[in-house]
Amino acid sequence: MRRLLAAAVALCAFAPLAACSNDAGPVTLKLVAYDSFPKEKTGVNTALDAFTKSTGIKVQIITAGDTGTMVTKAKLTAGNPEGDVMWGADNTLISSAIDGKVFAGTPLAVDKGDVCVNYDIAWFTKHGVKPPATLDDLVKPEYKNLLVVEDPSASSPGLAFLLATIAAKGDGWQQYWKALRTNGVEVSASWDAAYYQRFSGAAGSKGDKPLVVSYATSPPAEVIFADPPRTDAPTAVSTGTCFHQVEYAGVLAGTKHAAEATKLVNFFTGGDFQAALPLALFVDPIDPNVALPPEFTKFAAVPKHPYTLDPTLITTNRQQWQDQWTQIVLR
Amino acid sequence: MLDVREVSLRFGSRTVLSKQSLRVDTGEVVAVLGPSGVGKSTLLRVIAGLLSPDDGEVWLDGRDITAVPTHRRSVGMMFQDEQLFPHLDVATNIGFGLRMLRRPKSEIDARVDELLALVGLDGFRGRDVGSLSGGEATRVALARSLAPRPSVLLLDEPLTGLDRELHDRLVHEVAAMLRTTGTTAVLVTHDPTEAQAMADRTVRLAQVV
Amino acid sequence: MDADRAALNRLPRWLLPMLALVPVAGIALFYAFPLVTLLARVVRPSSVRDAWHVPGIANVVWFTLWQAVVSTVLTMVIGCAPAYVLARYRFAGRRAALAVVTVPFMLPTVVVGAAFLALLPSTWHGTARAIILAHVFFNVAVVVRLVGGMWAVLPTDLTAAARTLGASPSQVLRHVVMPLLRPAMWAAATVVFLFTFTSFGVVRILGGVANPTLEVEIARRATQLGDVDTAAVLSVLQLLVLGIVVWWSARWQRRAATTFRGAAAPRRVRTARERRMVVGVVSATVALMLLPIVLLVLRSVRLGGGWSLTAWRTLGNDQVRPGVGLGVDPLGSLATSLRFAAVATVISVVAGAAAALTIAAARRHGKLLDVGLMLPLGTSAVTIGLGLLITFDHAPIDWRGSWWLVPVGHALVATPFVVRAVLPVLRSVHPHQRAAALTLGAPPLRAWWETEVRRITRPLLTGAGFAAAISLGEFGATTFLSRSGHDTVPLAIDTLLARTGEVPRAQGFALATILLIACAVIVVVVDTPHAGERQGVRSDARRS
Repeated sequence: MRRLLAAAVALCAFAPLAACSNDAGPVTLKLVAYDSFPKEKTGVNTALDAFTKSTGIKVQIITAGDTGTMVTKAKLTAGNPEGDVMWGADNTLISSAIDGKVFAGTPLAVDKGDVCVNYDIAWFTKHGVKPPATLDDLVKPEYKNLLVVEDPSASSPGLAFLLATIAAKGDGWQQYWKALRTNGVEVSASWDAAYYQRFSGAAGSKGDKPLVVSYATSPPAEVIFADPPRTDAPTAVSTGTCFHQVEYAGVLAGTKHAAEATKLVNFFTGGDFQAALPLALFVDPIDPNVALPPEFTKFAAVPKHPYTLDPTLITTNRQQWQDQWTQIVLR
Repeated sequence: MLDVREVSLRFGSRTVLSKQSLRVDTGEVVAVLGPSGVGKSTLLRVIAGLLSPDDGEVWLDGRDITAVPTHRRSVGMMFQDEQLFPHLDVATNIGFGLRMLRRPKSEIDARVDELLALVGLDGFRGRDVGSLSGGEATRVALARSLAPRPSVLLLDEPLTGLDRELHDRLVHEVAAMLRTTGTTAVLVTHDPTEAQAMADRTVRLAQVV
Repeated sequence: MDADRAALNRLPRWLLPMLALVPVAGIALFYAFPLVTLLARVVRPSSVRDAWHVPGIANVVWFTLWQAVVSTVLTMVIGCAPAYVLARYRFAGRRAALAVVTVPFMLPTVVVGAAFLALLPSTWHGTARAIILAHVFFNVAVVVRLVGGMWAVLPTDLTAAARTLGASPSQVLRHVVMPLLRPAMWAAATVVFLFTFTSFGVVRILGGVANPTLEVEIARRATQLGDVDTAAVLSVLQLLVLGIVVWWSARWQRRAATTFRGAAAPRRVRTARERRMVVGVVSATVALMLLPIVLLVLRSVRLGGGWSLTAWRTLGNDQVRPGVGLGVDPLGSLATSLRFAAVATVISVVAGAAAALTIAAARRHGKLLDVGLMLPLGTSAVTIGLGLLITFDHAPIDWRGSWWLVPVGHALVATPFVVRAVLPVLRSVHPHQRAAALTLGAPPLRAWWETEVRRITRPLLTGAGFAAAISLGEFGATTFLSRSGHDTVPLAIDTLLARTGEVPRAQGFALATILLIACAVIVVVVDTPHAGERQGVRSDARRS
């Protein structure tokens, strides 16, 4: 028994070493981001390395699930955060985050984009059907069983698309979704699964659905990552179905490295980082002076009138809308 | 020499012992007889210090041990169901008392061997206590209680419940061992023939009215 | 027969309070305090009203209830045949069959969910049928152990007597056997209902978003939607239902278990008909228990219609696109789980040993501690996690981000198992043992140490094994408490299986297989009766 006790004490003494400890040396900032934020090998990571080189501040990327889960976790740990800087709370969630006292100071807008329905050009040509252009088109019988959307409770583009329908239809949005359900809409838990597994237009996908809720920058991505290389985009965007998204980054309240964290957030809005954004995260830089890659200008459709909603309206009703949507579409 | 002086003990409203006295000379084996419930075991427990008397004193070898805790009384005890320590082997059981006295290992080992020979269990050193037969267990219990050389050995019906043949055999063996070692002992039993065979003198405990 | 009632030989006064300190403080701080916080949050009338208005909430409550009832009834019905056969008949391989039936119960719920995901066709995914089937699989062991345990001690002469009085076999069953088995059946039904009502891992993996139970919905609302208030209301509602069920069932069980007199040893198979029945029931049961597990392992090596070790080989690297991962690090989660299990086991063993020693020594107050320690078992893991999360969120007790909160949560659930393993051994120590040690010169504290504390090393090892297995497989509480980037294996499995891709799915199965093997090995090693357990049972040896 004494030996057991001794072993127990020894184990307890070593256990704290298992936890992360901040060294007194160079500061390492923890950047909390959503799952699809790349941890290595992209232009964004190169830019962060340059940041480390010039300031001596290391950046460790921690992924925290989809955007909704990430923001919820930040709210639950407000004041004692899991990291120092948070990247990626978007306009649908930012007011909720600010109300939850997640940030120290004001978060800065870092990128923008549009969430739209993407369609597979080849499929529609082959079947001789005109691709849908507006939200109303999606409930028409010729588009039955063709659309994949994401769960707005679990996915940021899913939520954005739901908000688009609410912005377009007002109080009639529930009717719209009932019609979509009758028209055979499929729901996926994540954008990854919807786009790479279910969408027929994605390279390497075995999916059979030619319509998916994705980003306006997905067609250029298809061109850039095409293997063998191609000069035309295999997919395009239905510009009447878009919702405008803006993403924010901010210093988390309660961080022990506020000064360094502020440096990092400011770095995000700087030209070098902004220039790396398009090809790494497939978003448009918030800075209008940054040049876009040629594929972007050629293949990305810029919707003239994307849907938007007042952020305070979103904050007040988001949860109820998500619950009602779940009830209408999933149960 | 054991000198129990007019001990009385009450359990609530029931008087179990009333001014009970007992004298046992050094080297003497005294049997305490009486019907069940008369307080024989209780008397033993008072002598051992497991129960405190309401009145009276217990003296051992010229020392008043009435207020001395059990472990310092040098009183050995054999229980009705041996009470061998099941997680220790035979040798460790027997050597237990000497270990409590912090005797050196060599002394303990020698004493254990000596006692094993006495009770006729050579070679049983490392045996698992759970594998012993009834007779073997009784002998190990006796060896264990004798090992620390107690001033007096108390035996609380140690042979009750054994089958006839084993019982009779052990009565003679235990009696012989007590005589050989010159142990001062108090034996509690309800069997007069057992008392006759094992003890030098028999005391009858009367029922307390 | 208190051999040491003398004040002379009493244990030092500080011993019991010091022993009781760790478990009592632990329960008070990490269980009672969070529960009170949860209740306080819910007591506002506005929160209950708001929660009731959440669309679909009534359906969730209803679904939770009826799937638990159906699962319970089905489990009882299906479990009776193996319970009977394994209790009343002696045959080669009986011990092995018993082990096979018990293992599913000791498996982490994520593994069971994963196994059924592997077994059932995709049309069954997300359906209530799948959930109920998995529940039956998981809980048959309860019926076999509890009902079978009682069936095994029914004296054979009882049924013989009934037959000589003219009762046909079915009448014997109805009028003699079933009434006598009733307490055990109520006990089993209650346990199965409690487990299926608060089932988390199975429902989360098999039910999808379409069929959540209360437990799953509480977790979803709190961690995904950030709606902690509704989650708290649902937790309290769940606790209420559980409390009512336990109280009601305790009333039924209070029909005192009659003591049986007469031999009841399992007998050999005599007639050909009996042999057919035994073989049939045992092989069917074993096959049903093994099938999902076997398929789990198989599906981890099947990709695109062919055999492939890709899922296993890429467990350390799961990038969807260059540089972008799935947000889960399977091999890292293994390391995290092992670290947490080590710490949780140490806490459980220390607290459990102290608690068991206190309960054995303290009599009346000991019973209170015993009941108190069992409470976390009756509370759902999700509620425990939610409670911890919302309680320790402000200075000076802001422990939200602390790594050690996870093993503490695990220890809350695991400590009762350590106590259950140690207490019977402690209680089997005859009071004369301490007296014997006293007469051999051991001071009271030393006598206590030598005769009681030293006896618990082996059951403590068993308890440690249980604690480790429980910690490795814990899912509900960990969902709330783990920090990003420090997922445990169950969390990683859940994330992987939620993906519809082939490779992530197969990786999920592979990881589940690893967890399965780890837990099964621990349980089999620890649950095998040891030679040393012949301690304290010496009465029969006297006859020789």
